[in-house]
This record gives sequence, C-alpha cells and structure tokens, in this order.
Amino acid sequence: MPFVIFVTMFLILPTMNIIIGAFQTADGSFTFQNIIDLQNGTIPSSYWISVKISVASAALGCAIGFAMAAAVVFGAVPGWIKSPLLTFSGVASNFAGVPLAFAFLATFGPVGLVTLFLRNNFGIVLQRDLGFSILSFWGLTVTYLFFQIPLMILIIAPALEGLKKEWREAAEVLGATATQYWRMVAFPILFPSLLGTFALLFANAFGAVATAIALTGSSLNIVPIQLYAQIRGDVLGNPHLGYAMAFGMIVVTAVANIIYIWLRIRAERWLK
Amino acid sequence: MSIWARIAGWAALIFGLLYFFVPLGGLFEFSLKARRGVYSLDAYASVFADPQFQQTFGYSVIMALVTIVIGILIVVPTAYWVRLKMPWARPYVEFLTLMPLVIPAIVIVFGYIRLYNTSSWLPLTGSVMGTNILLAFGYTILALPYMYRAVDTGLRTIDVATLTEAAQSLGAGWATILGRVILPNVIPAVLSGAFLTFAIVIGEFTLAALLDRPAFGPYLQRVGANKAYEPFALSVIAFAITWGCLALIQLVSRFSKTAPRKA
Repeated sequence: MPFVIFVTMFLILPTMNIIIGAFQTADGSFTFQNIIDLQNGTIPSSYWISVKISVASAALGCAIGFAMAAAVVFGAVPGWIKSPLLTFSGVASNFAGVPLAFAFLATFGPVGLVTLFLRNNFGIVLQRDLGFSILSFWGLTVTYLFFQIPLMILIIAPALEGLKKEWREAAEVLGATATQYWRMVAFPILFPSLLGTFALLFANAFGAVATAIALTGSSLNIVPIQLYAQIRGDVLGNPHLGYAMAFGMIVVTAVANIIYIWLRIRAERWLK
Repeated sequence: MSIWARIAGWAALIFGLLYFFVPLGGLFEFSLKARRGVYSLDAYASVFADPQFQQTFGYSVIMALVTIVIGILIVVPTAYWVRLKMPWARPYVEFLTLMPLVIPAIVIVFGYIRLYNTSSWLPLTGSVMGTNILLAFGYTILALPYMYRAVDTGLRTIDVATLTEAAQSLGAGWATILGRVILPNVIPAVLSGAFLTFAIVIGEFTLAALLDRPAFGPYLQRVGANKAYEPFALSVIAFAITWGCLALIQLVSRFSKTAPRKA
C-alpha cells in the first residue's frame, strides 16, 4: 500500500534515524554518552524552562478552558453561544505560529495596545511595575494560552456534556450539597479527562517552535529554539548531541501523549 | 442555577472572549499605525509592493495546492481500502495518522535533513526540485491527522460496500470506482480537509525554514526581525486567510448537511 510506504519513508524512518543517531558516536558505534551529555551546559536549563512554560500554559489553559466550557455547557450563559464558541475554538486551537507571535507583540509588546492603554490611563508600565515582558517566561506562557484554552474547550466540553443529569439528581435526593456533588461525584468522573487533557496541552506547548522563535528570537533558551539553532549551525559542536536533544523531545511528548490516551480510555468508560 | 454560578459563568466567558479578541484587535490596530498620528494602510501598501511578498506567498500557495493533491491521492484510497477490506487495520492506520501530533515537526524535519541529504541514498535536498518535493511530503505528513479524520468521517456517512459492488457489477475498475464514485460522494469531507491543509501550509514556519525554502512563514519571521509595521500587516493577512479557510469549512459542512444522504 502506498500509504504505508509513504508514512514509513517520511515519518517513521526520519524519526527512527534521529532516535538511533542519539545512541551513536561519530563513527557509528553504540553509546549512551550523548544521553549522558544532555546534562551538560545549557541543555538541562533549556529543558527545565521548556517544561515550566508547558506546565504553566497547560495548567492555566485547563483552568480557564474548563471554566468557559462549564459556563456554556451548564447554561450559565445563553445556549446560542455554545455553537459559535466551539467553532471558534476549533479554529483558534490550530492557530499557533508566527502571526500569533505578532498579535501578542502588538498587544503586550513595548508599544502594544494593552501596554499603552495601561500606561496612558492608569500610569502602569508593564515592564517596570509588574515585571512583565512579552519576551519572558510569562510572555510566552500568555501567548501559548491563545491556542491552549480553545483546545481545552474542544476536548472538555463533550466530557462535561457526558455528566448525566441523573447523577446530580441522585446526589441531590441523597441530600448532597452542590459542593459535595462536585467534589464526590463529578470531579472523580472528570478527573481522568482533566489530567489527560493536561497531558495533551503539555505536549502541544512543548513542541511549539514557530511562535517561540518569532516572539523571542533566541533570547529565551527553550528546547525547540535550541534544537532549531543546532540544526541550522551545530552550535553544540556535536551533531549526535542534537539527535539526543531531539530524542529527548520525542520522549517528553510521547510520555505526555501516552498518559493522555490511557486516561482517555479510562474516562470514556463513564461517557457511553 | 444560582445567581453566583451565573455570574461566574459570564465572568469566565467574557474573560475568555477578551483574551481572544484583544490580541486580534491589537494586531489590527498596530498594523494601521505606520504613519505617525493617523491610521493608514501604508504598511499594507508597502507589503503588497514588496516583490518578496508576492514570491513567497505564491510559493506557499503552490505548495499548499500540491500538498492537498498529494494528501488526497494518499488518504482517500487508504481510508477507502481500510473501510472496505481491512477493518482490522483501522486502529493501526489511525494511530499512524496521529503520530505527527506526537512527534514535533522540528524532529521530523531534522530526520529529513539527515536521511535525505546530498550524501544519502536518496539525495532529495541536493536539488531545488527535490527539496520542494520533500517539503510537500513533509506538509502532507503534518496535515495527515486532519486530512485522514475528515475523509474517514466522510466515508462513514456513505455505504462504501454497496457503492463498490454496484460499480463493479457495472464493470468499473478500481480507478473509476475511486475517482468517479467514492470521491464525489466524500467531496465535502475532502474539501474541509483541504482547506485545513491550506491554512496549515500557508503559515507553516519550521519545515520551510529548516529546509531553506522561500515560503511565507520564514519570510514573515524575517520581516519581523527587520521592519516595524509590515510584519503586523502581514500577520493580519495571514489571519484573514486562515479564518477565511476555516469559514469555508463551516460553509462546506453546512452545505453538505442539507444535501440528501442515505445512512
């Protein structure tokens, strides 16, 4: 089948090649040295900051996305909002990339819309008074949220709709308060979905390259940016160390995705 | 529903909507500020006058169209064949099509550079045409999850087995069945996959930049590093195209819903 050949040639083989390269020395013999060498220089700090950004944007994305999805699903706001919101989320969740970086630069950058608004009307200078810069950890996190929140809404809305009315009624008949219902019924059912979506959001942020490069250039040392520089010019001085870095990225995103799939299977038991 | 829950719901929704629309507004406003003190379309004029814009944009549009054609040629027969003859293979094929979401694009292209460089068995990056082909294949991989899901959903709504048998009994070969029976039936699904592919390819940065092709994404990044207002105007254009594509998907899916269909 052409499909199998195509996927093998342009997806599986290149990936395998990187993985194998991560365990090879320059002359092709097997080694763990590249993986061990990941502990050197700026690499651990770049992984650490990447993980921090991914965790922060995934956690905030989960929280805000959950609140919005809940508002729509449980009827706190008029019902007609739901369909446009879901459509919009489908669009925005795909919208990472260079233009997104410019949108946030134009909004929170040194002469951005919000920056100027705060300065002219309230005398607050983002950079000086709040320590906020679009080129920093928080800047990148805030930007990533633009595609994280919609992704959360898309995935969690069906799960919230799967919460059966009967469960709430049953809980109420048994004398449960709203808090008790949420803590002891709804939350345990939703927990796998929430954690699984968190893992997916994490992987999503971890692999984002274009937004980060357009936004910060090379001023923030996250893994995708460092790998990008390595591919362009071998800045680490050892090609196989680059493969090891790429391998590390695959491991992180793969683990996050396995958690997502596993928890999703668990969550779906309740949502039939 | 208590009054507090209602207030909290509205607060969450309004916060979220502000979050989505303020950056878009900021982007648009900034792109109009090229002339001091007044709003103007100077940045847009300067962008459209730039021959590099026309070249890179044209290049990306062509790449997007090529990618869509390759995607259709690969995905439609596969999804059809899996539905018809190899239902047991569906989970595996689905898993494969989801892999591009797991493996970061930067890792895939890293593999391309290593596997298809000038000294390898298939030196695709050795020539301009070869690199273009490699880039189109790479884009096809990136778009695979969306394309496959769209087409598979489309196939679910038609009776593949009956249609195939009917066509066969009338003497049609496989190419005729696929091209003249199956494809027309799933055209709305294919179109929605195609528009999504188009939107992805137009703004894509990582692959094009690392394969050193003159596409729109890297051009946008380069302009962003060198000019003040033009990149913002370009971003507005990129946004408009993406949202246009996705609006078309909505339109197509709505259109196909009203069309009569047997289960």
